[in-house]
Amino acid sequence: MAFPHRPDAPELPDFSMLKRLARDQLIYLLEQQHEVDKLYKVDNKPALSSSEQLCFLVRPRIKNMRYIASLVNADKLAGRTRKYKVIFSPQKFYACEMVLEEEGIYGDVSCDEWAFSLLPLDVDLLSMELPEFFRDYFLEGDQRWINTVAQALHLLSTLYGPFPNCYGIGRCAKMAYELWRNLEEEEDGETKGRRPEIGHIFLLDRDVDFVTALCSQVVYEGLVDDTFRIKCGSVDFGPEVTSSDKSLKVLLNAEDKVFNEIRNEHFSNVFGFLSQKARNLQAQYDRRRGMDIKQMKNFVSQELKGLKQEHRLLSLHIGACESIMKKKTKQDFQELIKTEHALLEGFNIRESTSYIEEHIDRQVSPIESLRLMCLLSITENGLIPKDYRSLKTQYLQSYGPEHLLTFSNLRRAGLLTEQAPGDTLTAMESKVSKLVTDKAAGKITDAFSSLAKRSNFRAISKKLNLIPRVDGEYDLKVPRDMAYVFSGAYVPLSCRIIEQVLERRSWQGLDEVVRLLNCSDFAFTDMTKEDKASSESLRLILVVFLGGCTFSEISALRFLGREKGYRFIFLTTAVTNSARLMEAMSEVKA
Amino acid sequence: MDCYTANWNPLGDSAFYRKYELYSMDWDLKEELRDCLVAAAPYGGPIALLRNPWRKEKAASVRPVLDIYSASGMPLASLLWKSGPVVSLGWSAEEELLCVQEDGAVLVYGLHGDFRRHFSMGNEVLQNRVLDARIFHTEFGSGVAILTGAHRFTLSANVGDLKLRRMPEVPGLQSAPSCWTALCQDRVAHILLAVGPDLYLLDHAACSAVTPPGLAPGVSSFLQMAVSFTYRHLALFTDTGYIWMGTASLKEKLCEFNCNIRAPPKQMVWCSRPRSKERAVVVAWERRLMVVGDASESIQFVLDEDSYLVPELDGVRIFSRSTHEFLHEVPVASEEIFKIASMAPGALLLEAQKEYEKESQKADEYLREIQELGQLTQAVQQCIEAAGHEHQPDMQKSLLRAASFGKCFLDRFPPDSFVHMCQDLRVLNAVRDYHIGIPLTYSQYKQLTIQVLLDRLVLRRLYPLAIQICEYLRLPEVQGVSRILAHWACYKVQQKDVSDEDVARAINQKLGDTPGVSYSDIAARAYGCGRTELAIKLLEYEPRSGEQVPLLLKMKRSKLALSKAIESGDTDLVFTVLLHLKNELNRGDFFMTLRNQPMALSLYRQFCKHQELETLKDLYNQDDNHQELGSFHIRASYAAEERIEGRVAALQTAADAFYKAKNEFAAKATEDQMRLLRLQRRLEDELGGQFLDLSLHDTVTTLILGGHNKRAEQLARDFRIPDKRLWWLKLTALADLEDWEELEKFSKSKKSPIGYLPFVEICMKQHNKYEAKKYASRVGPEQKVKALLLVGDVAQAADVAIEHRNEAELSLVLSHCTGATDGATADKIQRARAQAQKK
Repeated sequence: MAFPHRPDAPELPDFSMLKRLARDQLIYLLEQQHEVDKLYKVDNKPALSSSEQLCFLVRPRIKNMRYIASLVNADKLAGRTRKYKVIFSPQKFYACEMVLEEEGIYGDVSCDEWAFSLLPLDVDLLSMELPEFFRDYFLEGDQRWINTVAQALHLLSTLYGPFPNCYGIGRCAKMAYELWRNLEEEEDGETKGRRPEIGHIFLLDRDVDFVTALCSQVVYEGLVDDTFRIKCGSVDFGPEVTSSDKSLKVLLNAEDKVFNEIRNEHFSNVFGFLSQKARNLQAQYDRRRGMDIKQMKNFVSQELKGLKQEHRLLSLHIGACESIMKKKTKQDFQELIKTEHALLEGFNIRESTSYIEEHIDRQVSPIESLRLMCLLSITENGLIPKDYRSLKTQYLQSYGPEHLLTFSNLRRAGLLTEQAPGDTLTAMESKVSKLVTDKAAGKITDAFSSLAKRSNFRAISKKLNLIPRVDGEYDLKVPRDMAYVFSGAYVPLSCRIIEQVLERRSWQGLDEVVRLLNCSDFAFTDMTKEDKASSESLRLILVVFLGGCTFSEISALRFLGREKGYRFIFLTTAVTNSARLMEAMSEVKA
Repeated sequence: MDCYTANWNPLGDSAFYRKYELYSMDWDLKEELRDCLVAAAPYGGPIALLRNPWRKEKAASVRPVLDIYSASGMPLASLLWKSGPVVSLGWSAEEELLCVQEDGAVLVYGLHGDFRRHFSMGNEVLQNRVLDARIFHTEFGSGVAILTGAHRFTLSANVGDLKLRRMPEVPGLQSAPSCWTALCQDRVAHILLAVGPDLYLLDHAACSAVTPPGLAPGVSSFLQMAVSFTYRHLALFTDTGYIWMGTASLKEKLCEFNCNIRAPPKQMVWCSRPRSKERAVVVAWERRLMVVGDASESIQFVLDEDSYLVPELDGVRIFSRSTHEFLHEVPVASEEIFKIASMAPGALLLEAQKEYEKESQKADEYLREIQELGQLTQAVQQCIEAAGHEHQPDMQKSLLRAASFGKCFLDRFPPDSFVHMCQDLRVLNAVRDYHIGIPLTYSQYKQLTIQVLLDRLVLRRLYPLAIQICEYLRLPEVQGVSRILAHWACYKVQQKDVSDEDVARAINQKLGDTPGVSYSDIAARAYGCGRTELAIKLLEYEPRSGEQVPLLLKMKRSKLALSKAIESGDTDLVFTVLLHLKNELNRGDFFMTLRNQPMALSLYRQFCKHQELETLKDLYNQDDNHQELGSFHIRASYAAEERIEGRVAALQTAADAFYKAKNEFAAKATEDQMRLLRLQRRLEDELGGQFLDLSLHDTVTTLILGGHNKRAEQLARDFRIPDKRLWWLKLTALADLEDWEELEKFSKSKKSPIGYLPFVEICMKQHNKYEAKKYASRVGPEQKVKALLLVGDVAQAADVAIEHRNEAELSLVLSHCTGATDGATADKIQRARAQAQKK
């Protein structure tokens, strides 16, 4: 199990350098520049510290500025003077300074920046930890983070050499790419002559493929994320998992030997694997019997610790599995998956629609219902008007009227739309494409363009063969293709696109797909001479997800890598899943 | 060789002085030099002449002319002097001409006669007038010192950063001092002045009398004083014709000389060079020039015409109507080589090379001689060094040829010094050319540095030469060619007679995308000259759109700036422009601009959402964006408003907006919400408890849980809750209440629209198997097996499955056969299966 890498798989670059870099910068900032000695979490509470200065390390958000302003103003009222310092990460925004000014405290605080944008969550996963990217860009049309992405790419290319082959799809991908290119040109000569360590880079917008992100995840790591929420590469396992009365924070990455073997596995295999593992472990423990003193000494000093560690991890993951199973059976997970698969394949739409309606009526879960509605909408190119109205009405009755705004958001992002009559659609399309060809507007995200965007999922699915034809049972133990991450029912669209482009080394022959994705103007390839790139580096691919990627996609691409002898490295604005996407779009009463 | 030393004059035993012509002047002076105010900049700089009409008794009727010439007499500028009477002229270190007027105003002109700026030397002078003024050079830049009619001194050590310092009063000073000078010591500027037989040193704190050590007695007045180029030495000329030479600190005397001429000299300047053997002073009278040093004899020259002396780092320049000469002490290397009968290695090498050219065997003899003494390296170095000090290219060449010849016989002689000297001389010869007219010596050039020389060429608009030099010396582009091109472009934009298009095109053609050239800087200059259109055209060539923005804003092209900012992808820049626009335009125009720039609009909206809600509303209003307006009010209905009336009103506004947006659905939903809110309020009043802000579903559930079934039914009818939902809702609520009786009644009220399986499920969830079984029997055939399994009746489930002959159901039941008790059932199913297969 847990397919090993091919012997010829290329080595991954050492990303711990990024960590060291960020850490050193932060320590320098905090200790040398600002003499910070205690850290607290910013959580909208009055600061209790009695120290002479307060130093805030924050994301450049207006909300944070107002919080700081309220603290400073409270101090002023109390007649207290201290020094205030704000460190923005990854960068300072002018709007933030504006807010400080409007709140009348600009003179009281001093600002600094901590240009930390890449957090290596794992050996092959870099996260910018910018979950707000998704809403800011895809809903609000705010491009502030694109520059940050460009700068992160620039940092990578200065550290790991230039990328000889670049591909991308999506408006944001193109913008980020162009900004990044400008940065490289401005600082000409730095990367010149460096040997590329990473042969390809692929940039992809989240809105190219919403479907995959909306599906329930069934590979272990994805399931853990869906169930327990992985935050910054670690998860809080509650008492029901740890089978004690304490919660436990567990780091989930390649260091965890047990986890590393099951993370990419379909959930149905995990139990079997774990029990096999447990038996092996027991056997190793059992070797103690019949040992003489010397052997025993050896055993205790060398193996026991490792075994104990493994034992601990094993029981944790078994606990997690049990907990997942319990939750899933309660929610009738099988039915849910069945409906999802039906939606993906496009049959029994009526039945699925009533399933969703029942789901809403029973108030099973506001986020899940929303997710199913979106999935239905995207796979069907929008809901037919009758369903659109009735599902929304039902939803509002179940969860309150403020979700009128949620629906407005979802519509704007193109996640939940109404099937429009044909003629108005083409009119809109031509208007949008005119906007797009106009040079200045080429860089604009017209937030409303998505209104006219058709998802065309069915057609794309057919073109790219996303629904594998299976004779008999799909053997999840020995996966044939990337569809295994969705129980063999669906190949993730995003991963399929990447696979196809890498195979062709360009978008050639994919014109139709690109058109169906509404990305005719935003699919690009840029190749430079490869003579400097080693064959090893050419099998390393950096995939950049703008707006977040899911663990299922990561697993699928890891699988693809093993099949083809590539290694994928992931750079994402944040790791996401269906619930996070839906929450980003939801309006909640404050 | 004898003829070469013909112009060498010995001073004392050790030093020779030579005077040679730099240029024959061709400047057609209308006036005599003596009638003019003259200023010549050091380092071969330009010469300014202003005919001084104010010196004469009668007021001049014609305005005087200010002429600026290069050192070779090429006219650079000529302008009518329209301002007040000028007391003194002088050049700053940046080659700007400072004209000190009688009223204390200092006008600053460029090399080409372009007026730059002016400043004043203080208000006090307005009444007292300026009697005399000096421009002097310090480490910080150029300074100005003035003597006012009240016999007070004021000085500024750096005109670039003007700080006026009024010097303390000299006690008992009734008339102007006979002579004075500005002195720079230890980074502080002082004034040294002579009043009768006394000398005073003024610093900013005090006035102190000083006496030069070893001054000959009998002095009743000092006529002239001179400070050396580096402020290290001082010379005093007394009315007895006696010259005292010493250090400027007045602590040490170097030497003295009695020239027996009592007439006040016209000029007295130091003639020395760094590390010189001898220090000498050059004194000029009307027709006589005297070089005086530590020797009993002086060197005398006859001046044919009115001449003017310019002290330099390593000598003195002397120009008159017809010639421009350089007088200096012969450098050591040249002296060694050229001195008559010199046996220095350099001299022998030069000789050897000459013989070699004549194909004479003597070459070998000379060479052998040098080699025997082991002085060939020294010889080569000497020749190279001497070449640098020669003015005539021929002589430079023959010395370099000798060096090159000598080099052949040396292993591993580092080539740098030779190569660099060749390069430097080439540059020097080029700038010394008559047309360029910068007669720099090698030492001056080294002191000045190539960067400054390039700046000066640029200042003279000699762009092609400057670029050639950069290319020849292979200077890095950013420091060299690009910088010069940028300067050229900045000059080009000032040519008002050329059309914007032509200028822009010409600039782009020349500059292309040379690295390091900032088009925005050039554009800024164009804008500075009032050529906004040209500036915009030039900005088009700027590849970094971010760079274009600040200037566009300055030029009030905010809308263009906005689109450029958007292009740059830098949201901060966009935001800056937005705030600019917001202040500049009225609200309507501002919104219109935003409307055409969706990216900026969304950015601004984001900001407003958090910071300026009212503006956000106005924005939507302006756009007739009723949909968003509706959303805005919906949000307000629960976030901003507290009172129920306010909330309902907000919802009403929202509903109206939705109607306008033709979003009937949202409008209806909003109206429903208004009704619900009112109703919830009433419920709270009548029944107590918490109803506000519950969803419709939760409201009905709460009513049922509270036992208000009638009300619940009513509400469901009023809001047209679908049957299915109502059944689910009631089922869940009643099960929660564990009101099994009511549940059963409810189940029998009519045929369930959701079937009876949910009843089974919900009862099982509450662990009520007894109730569950009641409903299991009513479950429809398709779900019967599932229901029976739920209540745990495996056997019956098996029967039903077998009856249905449904394979899937059979396996489902089979999977539930776990315990030993189900063994029989399992067998039964297996049998049924086998039977089915048989058929």
